[in-house]
Amino acid sequence: MSLLEIKDLHARVDGNEILKGVNLALDSGEVHSIMGPNGSGKSTLAQVLARRETYEITAGQVLFAGKDLLALKPEEAACEGLFLAFQYPVEIPGISNAYFLRSAVNAIRKYRGEDEVDAIDFLPKLRERLKLLDMDEKLLNRSVNEAFSGGEKKRNEILQMAVLEPRLAILDETDSGLDIDALKVVAQGVNAMRSPDRAILVVTHYQRLLDYIVPDYVHVLVDGRIVRSGGPELALQLEEQGYAALESAAASSGSAA
Amino acid sequence: MRAQVATATQPLAHYAESFRGLQGSATTAPWFLRKLRQDGFVRFSDRGFPTLRDEDWRFTNVAAIAQTPFRLVPNGGRLPAPSDLAAYRIAEAAGEWVFIDGRFAPSLGSVRDLPKGVEVGSLANEIENNPGAIEPHLGRYLNIERDPFSALNTAFIDDGAYIHIPRGTVLRSPIHLLFISTAHNAPSVHHPRNLIVVGETSQATIIEQYVSLGRGEKVLCNTATELSVGDHSVVSHYMIEREEEGAFNISTLRIQQGRTADVASHSLLAGGALVRNNVHPVLAGEGGECLINGLFLGRHRQHLDNYMLVEHASPHCASRQFYNGILDGHAHGVFHGRIIVHKQAQKTDAKQTNRNLLLSDTAQIDTKPQLEIYADDVKCTHGATIGQIDEDALFYLRSRGIAEASARRLLLFAFASECLERMRAGPAQAYVENLIQQALGYVGEASRIQNHQESVP
Repeated sequence: MSLLEIKDLHARVDGNEILKGVNLALDSGEVHSIMGPNGSGKSTLAQVLARRETYEITAGQVLFAGKDLLALKPEEAACEGLFLAFQYPVEIPGISNAYFLRSAVNAIRKYRGEDEVDAIDFLPKLRERLKLLDMDEKLLNRSVNEAFSGGEKKRNEILQMAVLEPRLAILDETDSGLDIDALKVVAQGVNAMRSPDRAILVVTHYQRLLDYIVPDYVHVLVDGRIVRSGGPELALQLEEQGYAALESAAASSGSAA
Repeated sequence: MRAQVATATQPLAHYAESFRGLQGSATTAPWFLRKLRQDGFVRFSDRGFPTLRDEDWRFTNVAAIAQTPFRLVPNGGRLPAPSDLAAYRIAEAAGEWVFIDGRFAPSLGSVRDLPKGVEVGSLANEIENNPGAIEPHLGRYLNIERDPFSALNTAFIDDGAYIHIPRGTVLRSPIHLLFISTAHNAPSVHHPRNLIVVGETSQATIIEQYVSLGRGEKVLCNTATELSVGDHSVVSHYMIEREEEGAFNISTLRIQQGRTADVASHSLLAGGALVRNNVHPVLAGEGGECLINGLFLGRHRQHLDNYMLVEHASPHCASRQFYNGILDGHAHGVFHGRIIVHKQAQKTDAKQTNRNLLLSDTAQIDTKPQLEIYADDVKCTHGATIGQIDEDALFYLRSRGIAEASARRLLLFAFASECLERMRAGPAQAYVENLIQQALGYVGEASRIQNHQESVP
């Protein structure tokens, strides 16, 4: 059984159908990448999987570790081990990063029937993860993402992933807005999280990130459907040829269907 | 005669009767006090209660107060048991000074840690025993011309707190004045009158807390505080309103600031049915600084009105107003921030910010800045926001495993805690933080104190 199994997923927002029948399966230990042009539905797919309620599911099924993911609330999905690194991390004034992280860890531990950790026990682990991401400890005392630079925000997402240790991590355009040094640090953080017990789904427009996080599989999403799947070489091919050829192919197959 | 004219339109006769009773019985009262009361009553009788046509009261209808025949609480009622007050004590305070329906009740309080020379006690006692200390200050600052409730309070000056902090004195622990409205079987009013005189180069924190014991007929607490702060002193004042949800509370804090005095007024309005909190600092000396920091948390049908009048009367002064409101149910909040910069107050720096969260479609906020600037070299800014809980932030928290209800509370607390950041760390701040958590249904969950302890060494 796959860790994540998406079957014929249709979703719409404000009456516009964005996902038009997505099929995808991920196993633990694998890294998949979803690539696609702007507006193809990449971020919608990521948000739907994280259970954002603004999207209406019109058809299809998603199984996550055998559970009906679409029946779960966002917090339940998170507690089951799903993590979304946001394309646009949200600023939350008034809540410190350290407190936020520990609240999240404890919410998940509680869900699983484990004891909560206190601040003292939590700190060493947090420090270790910070080091991995070359992050300043001062960021822990600042409000969540408030006045963080673009790079700090993205690193903060990966820090959360590293602390929450999900079974499935979805990275939504984590490379956007990063310079090459920040990109390397983020990729290093993600690579350190690769494990036989974990799957990673990298959503990106550009191939560049995949130089550093080399996926096992690449899928191309065009107009709400996966139109091609392959190995890492598919990403390189897209980088050279662009999405145009696949888009026109998708348009003709769409009209034929 | 004037009083009788007003009686024709508003049921003020019982106030006149109470007033005659007070002035007649207290023949021992010194002349200056009798004069103050008389002026107050004449002014109140002239004006009557304000209406919505009055610019200062556009958003707050006091008809429920005007139409209720409130009587003065009679002397000599039964005192509550000390154990009834346990929930309201602040352990780290310099002590509690308790006022039952406006009257000092020394047996219910305690003094723990008060520096030598500092006086805290009853205004009535001080008027009787040391009127020379009172006369230069009492009624000198409060504006009875503009505000009918201040006039009414002045007409009924009887007791309240008197604090004197001599020059060069630093108080480490806050002075806690606890005002208790008790239940009566007829509508009752009391008018606590407080006078706080802080000498030069001193430092103090004063907490006024208003609470209810028991439920009976309607209660109006119409309180006024005059706070005179000497040159170069640093004073924090806290107004905490947490009476029961049927109570009426009108309060005025009139601050007179000396040269380079630094004063902070913090208010938390969480209780009461109809609450009006007036804060009126006058920056009378050069280089003074004033922070007015407020949080109002309304639900059900509460009406919470914050009225600020900041007067810049000297050059090089700075004032900051920050008010955050969270309103749920049918609650109605008001922020009225008036700044007057007098002609001589050059280089004034005045800022005003009011941020509001409305949690229901039926909650309401009226926010009104009002700047009157007569000097030409000043910096004045104001801004107001009204919004709902940020859905993106809510989803973000939930996507990390935090349940929706907890995430909502966390966001509300984060919003409310902006006002905590502006308080000095200490017992008063910790107490207010605890009250906010209670008000937001946060009891038993992780607190911001832990949040702070989590800071990385």
